[in-house]
Amino acid sequence: MTDQDILDAAQRVRDEGGSARRKGRDPINQPMVNNWVEAIGDRNPIYVDDAAARAAGHDGIVAPPAMAQVWTMRGLGAVREADDPLGRMTDILNEAGFTSVVATDCNQVYHRYLRPGDEVTIESVLEDVVGPKKTGLGEGWFFTTRNYWRDAAGDIVAEMEFRILKFRPPAKDAGAQDGPAAARSASGDPVDDLDGTKMMRPQASRDTEFFWDGVAAHELRIQKLEDGTLQHPPLPALWKPKGETTDYVVASGRGTVYSHVVHHAPKVPGRQLPFVIALVELEEGVRMLGELRGVDPDAVAIGQPVEVDFLDFPDDPDASGREAWTLYAWRPADGAAKEKR
Amino acid sequence: MSPSIPVVAPPAAPPAVVAGDVLPELKIEGTPTFIVASALATRDFEDVHHDRDRAQQRGSKDMFVNILTDTGLVQRYVTDWAGQRAVIRSISLRLGVPWYAYDTLTLTGTVESVGDDGLVTLAVTGADALGKHITSTVTLVMDGTAEKGAGA
Repeated sequence: MTDQDILDAAQRVRDEGGSARRKGRDPINQPMVNNWVEAIGDRNPIYVDDAAARAAGHDGIVAPPAMAQVWTMRGLGAVREADDPLGRMTDILNEAGFTSVVATDCNQVYHRYLRPGDEVTIESVLEDVVGPKKTGLGEGWFFTTRNYWRDAAGDIVAEMEFRILKFRPPAKDAGAQDGPAAARSASGDPVDDLDGTKMMRPQASRDTEFFWDGVAAHELRIQKLEDGTLQHPPLPALWKPKGETTDYVVASGRGTVYSHVVHHAPKVPGRQLPFVIALVELEEGVRMLGELRGVDPDAVAIGQPVEVDFLDFPDDPDASGREAWTLYAWRPADGAAKEKR
Repeated sequence: MSPSIPVVAPPAAPPAVVAGDVLPELKIEGTPTFIVASALATRDFEDVHHDRDRAQQRGSKDMFVNILTDTGLVQRYVTDWAGQRAVIRSISLRLGVPWYAYDTLTLTGTVESVGDDGLVTLAVTGADALGKHITSTVTLVMDGTAEKGAGA
């Protein structure tokens, strides 16, 4: 939809004239006035006391003039009429992508005070449509409707000019979450508490290289010794010729908390405190240390089932040679199910 | 109990008004009760005025006061000062920052002009912690009894 399409559609709404007169649901009545003055805290007696109203020069109780619009509000669950210009213009701008709304001006003129028993109708016309304008909220269009309230005799008792800004909320920068400093977890859990540019990175030795290569490949690898037993942390593979990689099995990634500590101090670069370090007994029988994430530190329990997660940190363009890297961590084994709301 | 005869004191004479007069300040606590009660009393059932969860889903910090209530408060603020014989002719509101639950609105006002015809123009402002919520111009006659039939 082009700007001209919007202006043309607005002109069609104008050309078709205002909405039909719609009756307020109830006559002007004392109970609604009573509710209103109590809620607003207005103690002016001319709205509730006949003698006071007469003493002030009225012919009896009058309704607060600022209630003009209240008498024709549609009520809970009501729908706008098809010919209502505010609804029609809203639809046009919604379709063009200006989906958010904020009212900017409301100007009411009161030609006479209403009294209990009066009945009013409302009709609305579309006045000016201005746009597109750049605003603090985003690009948008201002449009103005004018309402007329008439009494039973057809005389206008009040009118209102109502201006709305319909705007396109600025698109959330899709890249912002994936920027250079942001990390992603393999599970989809948030990693917004870690700053990969400041954290200590794994230092791989010849003996542990297979393990960290595995982490980068999202595998948890457990060293297999000469006799077939599993070992973690890895030992120097003295039984193998130099230069040959150690044997390993890929763990299922599932285990239970064998022990844990909650680290409150001192500060650790790139991490927020406190965090939980868990010693996890893997299904394969070895125990492995790592951060347990996505838990309340006070609620960690021995025996709690956990599973591995992998945290991928992007490269750091501000520091030469700082390549993308990966860390493993634990998360509650039922966490994924719990977090799907 | 003996029946009492209701006695209504005649309304106080409206204050003498000249441009530059300052209205006494009025503070309104934006309690959830106030926001919900006034939204429903103005027959405004938009969820952002009574349902914090929905207001937050729609990007607001909390539920907030509706426009019909703002208009009502400006009217109350002006007649609290002008008295029972005042007749309000118009209220123009420019809406600024929202007025969220638990914030307090402070209304202040100044007489802008007094016309030869007795029409008084006031500048009224309602400010909260975020800034100006209401910037308003109100016109009124101070003594509606003087022109019965026009305003009454």
